[in-house]
Amino acid sequence: MVAIETPEELTAKARRIRRHIIAMVTEAQSGHPGGSLSSVEILTALYFSVMRHDPEKPDWPERDRFVLSKGHCTPVLYGALAESGYFPVDEILTFRQLNSRLQGHPKIGTIPGIEMSGGSLGQGLSYSIGQCLAARLDGRDYRVYCLLGDGECQEGQTWEALMCAPSYQLDNLVAIIDRNGIQNDWFVDETMPLGALDAKLEAFGWHVISVDGHDLSQLLAAFEEAKETKGTPTAIIARTVKGKGVSFMENNPDWHGKGPSPEQAEQALAEIGE
Amino acid sequence: MTAISTAPAATREALGRTLVKLRQDGLDIVVVDADLGKSTTARLFRDEFPDRFFSVGVAEQNMIGVASGLAAAGKIAFCSTFSVFMPGRCFDQIRVSVAQTGLNVKMVSSHAGLSVGEDGISAQAIEDLALMCSLPGVRVVSPADVVEAEQAIETAARTPGPFYIRTGRPKIPVLYDDSYRFELGKAHLLRPGSDATIIANGIMVHAAAEAADILSQEGINCRLLNMATLRPMDDEAIVAAARETGCIVTAEEHQIGTGMSAMVSQVVGATAPVPLGAVGVAGRYAESGKWTEVMEKYGLTADAIVREVKAVIERKGGERSV
Ligand SMILES: Cc1ncc(C[n+]2csc(CCOP(=O)(O)OP(=O)(O)O)c2C)c(N)n1
Repeated sequence: MVAIETPEELTAKARRIRRHIIAMVTEAQSGHPGGSLSSVEILTALYFSVMRHDPEKPDWPERDRFVLSKGHCTPVLYGALAESGYFPVDEILTFRQLNSRLQGHPKIGTIPGIEMSGGSLGQGLSYSIGQCLAARLDGRDYRVYCLLGDGECQEGQTWEALMCAPSYQLDNLVAIIDRNGIQNDWFVDETMPLGALDAKLEAFGWHVISVDGHDLSQLLAAFEEAKETKGTPTAIIARTVKGKGVSFMENNPDWHGKGPSPEQAEQALAEIGE
Repeated sequence: MTAISTAPAATREALGRTLVKLRQDGLDIVVVDADLGKSTTARLFRDEFPDRFFSVGVAEQNMIGVASGLAAAGKIAFCSTFSVFMPGRCFDQIRVSVAQTGLNVKMVSSHAGLSVGEDGISAQAIEDLALMCSLPGVRVVSPADVVEAEQAIETAARTPGPFYIRTGRPKIPVLYDDSYRFELGKAHLLRPGSDATIIANGIMVHAAAEAADILSQEGINCRLLNMATLRPMDDEAIVAAARETGCIVTAEEHQIGTGMSAMVSQVVGATAPVPLGAVGVAGRYAESGKWTEVMEKYGLTADAIVREVKAVIERKGGERSV
């Protein structure tokens, strides 16, 4: 099992994952830094404190599952998996190259620890529901954590799943929405606004918690509250900054899906720190 | 064949600028976008005509529905996203609201095929042509370069009814110049020949031309057809190729046996059976990588076409014109 870490250790993990993200998208000269950087603390909390998992036993039936519904954010997933010990950290530099296990979008069966093949937005929450239903059938108490983007919430299937999960009273399911306010081309509010997302989710029957998605203690408290919530799934709306930690990427739609130049990468790493 | 004179360009670059030009010409064009307008270049239209550009967010099903409604009210409704998501995510909406109505919806997808490269298999559309060609009444075009793409988009805008036009991500050589005239439903003869015919579409026309060059150095003269229009298909050109050259190889950035290769086989089998070969993705998914490396690894190359042509010539009995 991955050890529970102190707040300082968690912060250090987050910093290392941020560095890995920059390294991956720089080496590949492609990939998605913005939405990876915005969800670093969410994955850090999950992989190093909240989830029951064991890199030595990636197929352990009792493990908690993390489903990356916004599948383009593989850099943060690979960063968290490498730091957890699912595969050697050095391998991150093969990201997106021919013959690499580190595919552009997650693919089951490549590196251990990947729970869902993705890349087509809107599919992850339905898939997570399936896993939660199976847990119930099999009498297992694992939990499923599904990360969605706010742009992704525009997909119709997301709302089909949002309707479905409470109707099955899936209290073993947590949806985390990375509310960074930016999608592929532009700002969410100027593309197709989600409006009062919390009220919408509550109306659908979810237990809703809003947090600062870069505050690890708030995230940990929210995941704890989700565990204690019975009879309905929990949605955590994590207010985040796209590109968090790198000044020129922060809140800038240009950094959704491209790699920085070597000079920009150097600046990014300097800002993130060791 | 026209010499390569211009700088390489991606076929997707044709979309935004052609739509702007057609609107400036007075066509009643509207654009519905699903958050990939920068990549497909459709967003250029928004810069010029913001009130005619409708963003629906990441919602391809809604995009097709909204476009259909606009078309039903008399607009020429363009929509665009990646080729995996249209038709992939919204096939039933296309089938019922567009194909079965015959409405004036023009679907222009980009980032088709393996040449999307690094994004990997979820983004590599190798089934879209089969899906779209299965829909009665939808005209399907896979242009070979940016000039042909511009003309196909203009033809779609000026021709009533549903269209699907497939464009690509990478910059590739420009094959045609302004003297070229794209004709819907007509294959374009790029090179005469009588030993075998290569029928290609899209980016594979370039590999096919290279293959024809290699083969001609070995004394094998291939006819080369750019089959940009897949629906309606130029049956006449296919039958003539079968009768006159005795064997055919298809080349497309798509799963073999489901797209153009299947359609050519059907025509040939029903009229003039001859040995056929197919270059394309052979019943599997590929992977991430630089697009040229992915194409190479998965057999979408001039060399693969050369091998396939030699094999079909062998099967027809090996006669050659020289
Ligand atoms: C079905 C589908 N349509 C379109 C895309 C292309 N795409 C990739 S990322 C993206 C924007 C996603 O925005 P968001 O969910 O907010 O992600 P984040 O900002 O967290 O990276 C789009 C449209 C896709 N991957 N899947």
